[in-house]
Amino acid sequence: MSAVTVFGLCAAAAVGLGLYGLIANPQPLRKIIAFNLLGSGVFLLFGIVGRRGAAAGFGNDPVPQALVITGVVVAFSATALAIALLLRLFQIAGSTTLNSRAAASPRSDPSGH
Amino acid sequence: MNIATVFEIALAAVVLGLAIWTIAVPDTYSATVGFIAYGLLVALIWVRLDAVDVALTEAAIGGGLGGVVLLGAAARLRDTEAMTTEGPSLIVRLSAAILSASIAAALAVTILLLPDPAPTLAPSVVANAGATGMTNPVTNVLMAFRGMDTMLEKVVLLLAIVGVWSLASDQAWGGRPGPRHQADPNGVLAFLARLLPPAGIVVGIYILWTGADHPGGAFQGGAVLASMWLLVIMAGLVDTPPVRSRWLRLILVGGPGLFLAVGLGGLCFGAAFLAYPVAFAKPLILSIEVAMLLTIATTLGLLLAGAPERSAER
Amino acid sequence: MLPPAPALVTTAGGFLLVLSIVVPVAGVLLAFALGERYVRQVASTVVPVGLAIAVAVLVLLPRSDGHLVYLLGAWPPPLGVALRADGLSAVMLATTAVVICAVAIFAATDFRPQSVEARAPFAFWILLLAIWGALNTIFVAGDLFTLYVALELLTFAAVPLVSLDGRAETLRAALRYLLFALLGSVLYLMGTALLYGIYGTLDIELLSHRVSADSGVLIAAALMTTGLLAKTALFPLHLWLPPAHAGAPAAASAILSALVVKGSFFILVRLWFDVMPGLPGLAAAQLLAALGTGAIVFGSVVALRQERLKLLIAYSTLAQIGYLFLMFPLAFGASGKLESDQALAGGLLQAVSHATAKAAMFMAVGSIYTGLGHDRITGLRGVARALPLSVLAFAVGGIALMGVQPSGASLAKELLLQDTARTGQWWWAVVLQAGGMFTTAYVVLVLSHAFAPSDQPITLIGPAPLSRDLAALALALCSLFLGLLPWDSYLPVPYDATSKLFGIDALSKLLLPVLGGAALAILLSPWPHPLGSSAAWKALMRVVGPLRRGCLGFGSLIERGDEVLRQWSAAGISLLLVSLLLAASMFAAN
Repeated sequence: MSAVTVFGLCAAAAVGLGLYGLIANPQPLRKIIAFNLLGSGVFLLFGIVGRRGAAAGFGNDPVPQALVITGVVVAFSATALAIALLLRLFQIAGSTTLNSRAAASPRSDPSGH
Repeated sequence: MNIATVFEIALAAVVLGLAIWTIAVPDTYSATVGFIAYGLLVALIWVRLDAVDVALTEAAIGGGLGGVVLLGAAARLRDTEAMTTEGPSLIVRLSAAILSASIAAALAVTILLLPDPAPTLAPSVVANAGATGMTNPVTNVLMAFRGMDTMLEKVVLLLAIVGVWSLASDQAWGGRPGPRHQADPNGVLAFLARLLPPAGIVVGIYILWTGADHPGGAFQGGAVLASMWLLVIMAGLVDTPPVRSRWLRLILVGGPGLFLAVGLGGLCFGAAFLAYPVAFAKPLILSIEVAMLLTIATTLGLLLAGAPERSAER
Repeated sequence: MLPPAPALVTTAGGFLLVLSIVVPVAGVLLAFALGERYVRQVASTVVPVGLAIAVAVLVLLPRSDGHLVYLLGAWPPPLGVALRADGLSAVMLATTAVVICAVAIFAATDFRPQSVEARAPFAFWILLLAIWGALNTIFVAGDLFTLYVALELLTFAAVPLVSLDGRAETLRAALRYLLFALLGSVLYLMGTALLYGIYGTLDIELLSHRVSADSGVLIAAALMTTGLLAKTALFPLHLWLPPAHAGAPAAASAILSALVVKGSFFILVRLWFDVMPGLPGLAAAQLLAALGTGAIVFGSVVALRQERLKLLIAYSTLAQIGYLFLMFPLAFGASGKLESDQALAGGLLQAVSHATAKAAMFMAVGSIYTGLGHDRITGLRGVARALPLSVLAFAVGGIALMGVQPSGASLAKELLLQDTARTGQWWWAVVLQAGGMFTTAYVVLVLSHAFAPSDQPITLIGPAPLSRDLAALALALCSLFLGLLPWDSYLPVPYDATSKLFGIDALSKLLLPVLGGAALAILLSPWPHPLGSSAAWKALMRVVGPLRRGCLGFGSLIERGDEVLRQWSAAGISLLLVSLLLAASMFAAN
């Protein structure tokens, strides 16, 4: 049971948990946390791929590492933007639900026919 | 089954346990704390995978600053989260669980079936390291071989700032982000905010400098500098700068701007866009990295500070 | 499509590809640094330069054997990143440049830099330039990870445009858009990781030579496709699009509908036709087109039931996106292998026509909204007299979208119909015709309200600057005459296709959609009709009364179904289901 197998299964599990959390949790902040979990699972996937590509004196292929560093920064800025939106929504609307009935159907019923 | 494998299995088990807890726990604040712990342990996983640069980035930006921004939001939303009673029905949760588990299983099978011997670009990265004169292969990939991705990512960071700032109300536009923090001047926070930043700044600059030949780089160093700045802001020792400040905007644009300028120099006078002349490669890259350090530190700090809330006059 | 010989050398003129990315990005940096007072001036300097670069690419491409290549940093793939442009890229670069030019002229009066409301113009012009840079990167990047970064750039630039006015509904729509789009990008990134793990490169050209029907490759393809479908808002993953596009300011909606959704669609086309040519198989392609059919039905029916014009157009975007996906199964031959280039040309042509026409329609609606103060369809009586140019722009855009010759949509439909005959997939021909009828339906609906005479003269509450309507009209006319352009240098269009556009034969092809569309408009729209009080109308109602009631019932059922699907949990579960179904169909075909 090499490191790759153990952490590979860990990555797959993190992806599954992140997907579940993103879909099933109603609060947007929990969704954002689940998205971060999902992202870290995908980055671990890159790490596994890099570890298997260890060669030329390095324990991990540098290219996936560079991709992950870029990805981590992008994921952080996505989180920051999402949270800024969430906090502003809370400031204006007083609640943070995404599925509000008022927002779901913007059309009123037609006059009778 | 040697001791290393046992350690790895234990680490993976704890990490997974934390992940499950983060998703399942009802209270959002606890989930955030769980996520921060998860992020720090994942950094350990990265060390086990021999990717120290990534471990530094994950600890600093992924778990560290990401955790801080989530924690801040969880604290501000604490009351409303407790009031939310709506939750998806059992059927929805069950189907989501089954489907997510299937995708995770498909992913696991694919991982186990990855080809052997694994294809790798490590030898070619090493073979071409002479072009930049630096021996950290990850820095070479980030700054030289895949420089376009890094430059575009800088622009992504800038756009995140524009997006966050655009959420200000019209009256607060141009003002200072976030509330004015107050802390007990004799308390622990103020004490740490006076003690840590000098050391933190040295550490941040060191991480940038040593990134040329050892694990490190502009992103990790920038995150450390950003956290020192945030510490000082949260202790109330300085206030956030007004977003209309010309200096602030020049610093934010400096990193990608210098990168773009060097790239264009390569296009007009050199071999190609983003190609470095071999004689000047290392000084050019280091100067770009210094500009990037300042930009990243300021950007990360401002992303955490949030949208402008107070007009600059006060 | 990419040429057969491996293109790993920079070609002359390849630097134009670099400039097409660098110029908008430099504009973003400059505009940010110079501040609120100069944003619009920076934008007005960048737009013509970008347009010139796109034209230069168009001119240079046929002389360069149909492809331009640039190796960034002079590093050849797999280590470095290459920029590549073929006919598809050139066409999309040009379309983006033209639409952005028109929208910039339109928005120049809306987003004037002022000291009091400086936030919106600052954000708008920077985000516009950023969207342009991101799209250009998507069209020319030759590496899957660069495409990921460009995709994220596009999302980060598009989301704040939705919430630009700061109201609670638009903030909610923006947050929903951001979260769902992030879910899509993560799925795309997952597929990229798997592909790197199997082949050790992310370069599109190299992958196309190495890829084979491995189980890992198929799972990666399913994940990436699903992620891109989420970003393109294909049914049933469309939960974020209607509120986002309807809530944004008019210029922003034009960009979002016309261009932003085409970015992820373009990557999907690259994936299916260049990275793994034909590997996903006919079954998966049929699934995509089936989802497209669902989009056409749901989008059009719900559009016809809308009260507000902006929501109608947003839902019609949903339907038109579904239309784009009909090209996938038609590109496969009976053997299950990728055969026809013509379907690819048809799909891209449809994308270009929709981009130009939809942008024109949103701009026209924006003018009407500023003029009238509202966008209720039933309140549009007499607006044709009050705002003639805006209504004309809307009408021309709608006609172009309907498929009236010589518009691009008609040429696209012709190409796709020829392929349905060639491959024997007659059922897609039915869907194509139905799609045309639905498009006609909502255009006819809006125009009949707009042209109806009103009892009192309409007083305009807002200014009606001429430049806005002229920009919209120009764009709509572009869409109307797209069929006449020399496409065969850039897209695999058969040489004689354009000549078939004219003549009695062509006009008769038009009759069916127009009549069908008018019938659908009457049957499916629940709102009172401007002719409602006339005797002829009442007689017609007596005849079709029960049928209309049945259709309205069907319509409300579809609308309720749409509301259910737009709940977050339902959309999320649909996402997972779509990915599993795609994977299953890909495995079945291989």
